Amino acid sequence: MTPTVATTCADPVILDQWHPLLPLDEMTADNVGHTILLGEQLSYQLDTDGAPVVWLAADADATALPVLVEYLYVWVCLGSPPEALFAIPEFAEPDRRNIHAGTIGVHVSAPRAIENFLDMGHFPYVHTDVLGAEPHTEVAEYDVHIDPDTNDVWATECVFYQPRAATTSTEGQMSDYLYRVPHPYCVILYKTTPLAAERMDVIALFCRPIAEDRIEAHMFLCLLDPDNSETVIRKFQQTIFGQDKPILENQYPKLLPLDPRAETPIRADKVAIAYRRWLSDLGVTYGVIPAA
Amino acid sequence: MSDPRSLWHPVATSIDLPQHHIFHGQLLGREVAVWRADDDFVNVWENRCLHRGVRLSIGTNDGNELTCRYHGWRYANRSAGCTYIPAHPADAPARTICNRTFPAVERYGLVWSGEDPVGEPPLVPMLDDGTPFTLRSLPVNASAEIVLAQLRDHRFQPVGALDGDHAAMAVTELGDFALALTATGANYHSTAVFFVQPVDSDRSVIRAVLTDTPADSEQIAVLRHHATRLGQLVALAETAATDQPAPEPMVATIDQVSLALSVMPERETNRSAPLRVQVARKWETAHDIMAFELVSTGNPLPTFQPGAHIDVHLPNGLVRQYSITNGPGDTACYRIGVKLEAESTGGSQALHDTVNEGDVLAISEPRNNFPLRRDALRTVFIAGGIGVTPMLAMTQALQPMGLAFELHYFAQAEEHLAFDEIRSTLGDYVTVHLGLSPGETSAELTRVLQGYDHANQAYICGPGPMLEAARTIAAEAGWPDQAVHFEYFKNTTEIDDSSSFEIALARSAVTLQVPSGTTILEVLRDHGVAMPSSCEQGACGTCVVPVIEGDIDHQDVHLKQTERDAGDQIMTCVSRATSDRLVLDI
Repeated sequence: MTPTVATTCADPVILDQWHPLLPLDEMTADNVGHTILLGEQLSYQLDTDGAPVVWLAADADATALPVLVEYLYVWVCLGSPPEALFAIPEFAEPDRRNIHAGTIGVHVSAPRAIENFLDMGHFPYVHTDVLGAEPHTEVAEYDVHIDPDTNDVWATECVFYQPRAATTSTEGQMSDYLYRVPHPYCVILYKTTPLAAERMDVIALFCRPIAEDRIEAHMFLCLLDPDNSETVIRKFQQTIFGQDKPILENQYPKLLPLDPRAETPIRADKVAIAYRRWLSDLGVTYGVIPAA
Repeated sequence: MSDPRSLWHPVATSIDLPQHHIFHGQLLGREVAVWRADDDFVNVWENRCLHRGVRLSIGTNDGNELTCRYHGWRYANRSAGCTYIPAHPADAPARTICNRTFPAVERYGLVWSGEDPVGEPPLVPMLDDGTPFTLRSLPVNASAEIVLAQLRDHRFQPVGALDGDHAAMAVTELGDFALALTATGANYHSTAVFFVQPVDSDRSVIRAVLTDTPADSEQIAVLRHHATRLGQLVALAETAATDQPAPEPMVATIDQVSLALSVMPERETNRSAPLRVQVARKWETAHDIMAFELVSTGNPLPTFQPGAHIDVHLPNGLVRQYSITNGPGDTACYRIGVKLEAESTGGSQALHDTVNEGDVLAISEPRNNFPLRRDALRTVFIAGGIGVTPMLAMTQALQPMGLAFELHYFAQAEEHLAFDEIRSTLGDYVTVHLGLSPGETSAELTRVLQGYDHANQAYICGPGPMLEAARTIAAEAGWPDQAVHFEYFKNTTEIDDSSSFEIALARSAVTLQVPSGTTILEVLRDHGVAMPSSCEQGACGTCVVPVIEGDIDHQDVHLKQTERDAGDQIMTCVSRATSDRLVLDI
């Protein structure tokens, strides 16, 4: 049974989600670890069978919270969890490398971080000479839709000129992108790889909300790259996210405003607008400034 | 006590604004970006980009414009209007995208601003009568009230007797957030004026100015003395603050963006002339070319983009279009060039002969139907005669960005070359071609337009025959239609308005008849549809309307061939239908 305790997050939509706590291989049976999710102090440890156990630190009975192990991470729910997490079928493909590329703390709300991940327009300015370069600044028209079955937000037909799109790139390329938002605080990117014409690399950002305006972002990769060492791949991803971090921490307000009149969208922001509407429709209030 | 929001407060010292820096300040809970442009204008703006809320203080100041770090949006000096959105380089941004600005005045080595300040920044006679010397500012984690209370007991030594410790102190109150202290001792006396900047409910900055500048040899010692004494005051104020409950933080309300900007920009409504400008300067910039510098008579002039033109409504009732020549950020005036046309029907003649310095003219807001892409690897500008005017604005936009361009300026003779003062800043980027025959011009254009490559763009403006020649030569040299941009002075096509047809307005489900002799534009306006227009002869592109269905009889000179062939837009001032019916997307 789910323990009913007072929590600083009063948003049932968010409480009832699976949230990525940490990579499974960072948990041990020897020590009890401590962390924070949605303002709650949590403790965790592997049990004698190697299964993760997570409980509220303030709970004298240490009642186990619902947990799930998926895509290298331990996921926890503080409310009534959905049966399953969103699907990433590529995770099970035998020739893929599944890599936890790192966790970076950012003093911003999860939706701001998700929206930044969905944004191509900043590549030439924030990821200069890697994911973009002036004067190739144009964001071509792309399509956005909500999948009627899964209710995921999709951006498709995205194309952007990239000087060095991945560790496997040796020269500039027009990269094809697909973006998918299957969870209020998780986002997945499918990206052209120079290695296989028909298949795409999967790059995901799973945000753990520590507080409304503070996250730890886990970077998950599911790549076709057989050659580069994990160190090289992690360094690449951490460099990219390290470039985003100071931008995100200079956004004001830190919570994502859902009122259409709070900020000025352009056509390049089509997917961000869809994401904001989608959050409104879901009734999310944590990490956002709801529309009046 | 007055509402602090109605008062002027210091937000920075002048030395916080070295060349091309952006200073991050805060006043009454609101963050501001403070920056000095190359024309010495000091901008105080809300410290967030209207697009995604990123602090502008982490952007870049090139002396004319401030560029946001996140997506490269550029905002003009003075007006804070957005001039360029790199994600959509082919579009002109909506003029109304404008950051919130606050007034700024430099006085006593400080930059003064305020939320909604009344009148002028405070005049302090003891500073006006002296030789003010600005001391180092100190931030304090305490409210302005606590800091002011501490300042009343503050002690320092007069210049000349810095080593002593028993100067007599006298306090002069100077309003809600300022006071002066005079230290007298050993036959010396010094007066310092202290302004306390309320940063937030629990933070302040002490800004101090001595009434008299010490001798050079003493300045370091004086600065050190005051820094030490004020440092002690800061410690006392911060201790006092910790003894009190933490005050509620100040909340600075962020203005909503306009409804129009929160969705798709609205269409402009008509050929109106809402702006009043005064001719500040009129001069002959070349043979038969008069230049006019137009300044606002009221509100600041709206932001314009390179390539933009204004409609000038002349005293004789005529309306004429002139390109703005100003570079980016040069927003205090509009400068236009007017060529006296031999067969003038009264437009250029009126401007040359009857409009003088000091006269007021009605003009439209700037419109840009000739937008400049700033993502080209090479841009070729071809100007014939007075067609150089939009190019001058464009080249001044590209030059600071380091983007490669060349300007080919064709004219009859040396004395016909206009705007020397702008051209001289462009150096080797300008090539002048003088006195060429049509054949020689074509040969030169062929040379200039050879070697088209990916991400090259060409902009052409000049007399009709030369423009036609340049377009033909560009096409032959392999330039795709989309890479060749042009602006005609006028449409010399003989307009055939004999057809009659029906137009259906798809969005309002209305069908109207267009009889021969009447334009679509006139029919729309007669039926209450608010339509923007400018030249009304098929040259400028302002009155464009999307077409959903029907065959178009294009009679304009604005659309490119590929745009004509697509058949999905029409210039309603001259073009008509060859089919019985046109369905318009309005």
